[in-house]
Amino acid sequence: MIATPPAAHLWNGGSSPYGVGHKKLGMWLFLVSDSITFGALLISCMYARVSSPNWPTPFPAWPSIAFASLMTLCLLTSSLTMVFAVDASKRGDRRAAVRNILWTVLGGAAFMVLHANEWLRLIAEGVRPWSNPWGAPLFSAAFFTLTGLHMVHVFTGLIYLLIVATGTRSGKRTHEDVEICGLYWHFVDLVWMFIFPLIYLMSVSQ
Amino acid sequence: MTPDTALHVDAPKSFLRRWIFSTDHKVIGIQYILLGLFSAILGTSLSMLMRLRLAWPETHFPLLEKLMPEGFPGGVMSPEFYLAVLTIHGTIMVFFLLTTVPLAGFGNYFLPIQIGARDMAFPVLNMLSFWTTFVALLVLLASLFVEGGAPISGWTVYPPLSALGKIAGPGLGAGQTLWLCSIATFCAGSMMGALNFIVTTLNMRTAGMSLMRMPLTVWGWFTAASVALLAFPVLLGGGILLLLDRLAGTSFFLAAGMVVSSKVITRSGGSPILWQHLFWFFGHPEVYIIILPGMGVTSHILSTFSRKPVFAYKAMVLAIFSIGFIGFIVWGHHMFASGMSPVVGMVFSLLTLTVGVPSAIKVFNWLATLWGGRIQCTAAMLYALGFVSFFVSGGVTGLLLAQPAIDVYFHDTYFVVAHFHIIMGLAAVFSIFAALQFWFPKMFGRHMSETLGKLHFWITIVAVYAIFIPMHFLGMAGAPRRYAQFTEFVYLRNLQGLATHISWAAFLAGAAQLILLFNIFYSLWKGKKTIDNPWSATTLEWVISSPPPHDNFGDTDPVVHRGPYEYSVPGDPTDFTLQTTAPDSRRPQ
Repeated sequence: MIATPPAAHLWNGGSSPYGVGHKKLGMWLFLVSDSITFGALLISCMYARVSSPNWPTPFPAWPSIAFASLMTLCLLTSSLTMVFAVDASKRGDRRAAVRNILWTVLGGAAFMVLHANEWLRLIAEGVRPWSNPWGAPLFSAAFFTLTGLHMVHVFTGLIYLLIVATGTRSGKRTHEDVEICGLYWHFVDLVWMFIFPLIYLMSVSQ
Repeated sequence: MTPDTALHVDAPKSFLRRWIFSTDHKVIGIQYILLGLFSAILGTSLSMLMRLRLAWPETHFPLLEKLMPEGFPGGVMSPEFYLAVLTIHGTIMVFFLLTTVPLAGFGNYFLPIQIGARDMAFPVLNMLSFWTTFVALLVLLASLFVEGGAPISGWTVYPPLSALGKIAGPGLGAGQTLWLCSIATFCAGSMMGALNFIVTTLNMRTAGMSLMRMPLTVWGWFTAASVALLAFPVLLGGGILLLLDRLAGTSFFLAAGMVVSSKVITRSGGSPILWQHLFWFFGHPEVYIIILPGMGVTSHILSTFSRKPVFAYKAMVLAIFSIGFIGFIVWGHHMFASGMSPVVGMVFSLLTLTVGVPSAIKVFNWLATLWGGRIQCTAAMLYALGFVSFFVSGGVTGLLLAQPAIDVYFHDTYFVVAHFHIIMGLAAVFSIFAALQFWFPKMFGRHMSETLGKLHFWITIVAVYAIFIPMHFLGMAGAPRRYAQFTEFVYLRNLQGLATHISWAAFLAGAAQLILLFNIFYSLWKGKKTIDNPWSATTLEWVISSPPPHDNFGDTDPVVHRGPYEYSVPGDPTDFTLQTTAPDSRRPQ
């Protein structure tokens, strides 16, 4: 083989021509694909909404919307602490990174507890995937499907965060791992920013 | 580049890690191909059973009754069993053969090598993709053995019947649920695979392998993987909703006022059309996931055996990309007969016809590649030419079907069956044949028999055209698809002879595949031994030994100095110039 390097304007080999490592690029692609899964479900639910004459708007400002806003606040705050965690790990401050990841876990867990409470309250009111006391049965089907799938993502995220926190504490995980975990967590938050208006705010009882 | 012994990696010693739970892209590629081979044998056998029923609707087959007493009561296949066979044939062929072998099989084996990488970006994820797909196949096969048998709803599983459970028909109970679980699992496996292909192509190219120096095969796999990453999530989403309809009592796809099996269905509020949108938003890109790798392979082989560069390489890349893109905005042409505003129909029709432009660019470029070349009619070349032939003859009927006024008549007739079997089934299958014949020496160190390959090619291409050309006429006469028998229709009774002819041609085509099977297994052990570059080709897989070592490139990473198809370069001593040949090593600049 001849030891002539290829022309400089051409790619010189290695592992990140676009300045993005394998794992980060992989996470971005996963998020693209996952956002399409959510997109398909959100569009389906809105399709059901516009084609149902008796689509209900059952959530009163108090307590439903207030609680949902509190949940949103928890999730948004957890995204903020995640930003702090990524920043700390970039500075090499592993202690602060772990501390902020744990705050993020706390925010996510609070969201899940509040959300589980919400589900239990609605189920006690007689809301089921196949029927609800207010109108079109697809309303509750859409509610449980979207928030359920989102909760699965939050739960997975909490486990992921704890794994990264443990790895960061022991020094096994690098700054890039924290950043990639952050990407996932912000995505989960972003999905909620679509579900919250479409499921809650558009369902405020008049 | 100086040899670096740190780059050298030996294959794992344990049998389990090396051949079963392997993270080596080459082994995983072969695993995918074997899974596809099994699927092909099963899927073809099922189509033979269907053709038996269609050719001799009232003949009794005591042997088949003995083998499958429930499916053949009195020796005649029941219509429900026919539908179950049809569903499994379609599902297994589309997902587990056509999606799996060209992209995940050959792509896994050759994409890393052709870009000069030692493995995929995520080897463990790669292993997981294969085993996820394997589990999906097992779950699908399990649906054959549960109460009621396999689903009878076709590979498109249209609701409402597929959403209602077993009151809607045999196979729509546990069988349908297993089908959905299988396909959801398959989606997950494909998405993992697609992600891996994209990251590998973007991040792992060797020095000098700029994007526009990648072989067209790599462009085909890369684009197909991108399409898969964006299309499969929608099927996954739709599948989740349909599973909820079946298991959690929701009614996303169930409208009010249905009476099924003399029972009033109380569920309401949903729309079966919604499923069609979700399904075809995936389903149309899916056919491009199937065909794009075939286009890459065809370009690669036509260039090699014409001893000429691919004509208009950049236009080919652009055409691959635009076909992938337009694929996402044409799904409505599958739904012209479902009820659609004429304006929307016209938009979908125009967009669909647009696909003809990049497709024609590709065909013209293939012909221009052949033009004036020193054509070597190897078996692989014949298969690739077969691909071009099917792509044209199947594509032309696509232009007819893209027009709502014509489609409303042809919809759900044998015309559509003939169209998609040619363009998506046969074209892709011939690209698999071509790839196998072309790369077999690289993969196993031995050639497949050229004589048997050519024999197989000629019998198969004659037989399949004898199946599918007459099938167009059956469709034009109005014969509906998915019926086990149409002798009851007075207007079709005279066409029974045509159906019988098609069946005989199908049996011939099926039997010809035994030649291929024999060729594969005979050549694995007894084939003619090969050299590193038996076809005098130019891309990176021909730089290394046949079969390639575990770490592909040994102690040195290859350095790429030129484009992928430098054949018959004026002034060069040979009629091919490897991508690794430095500019100043052959002739003065």
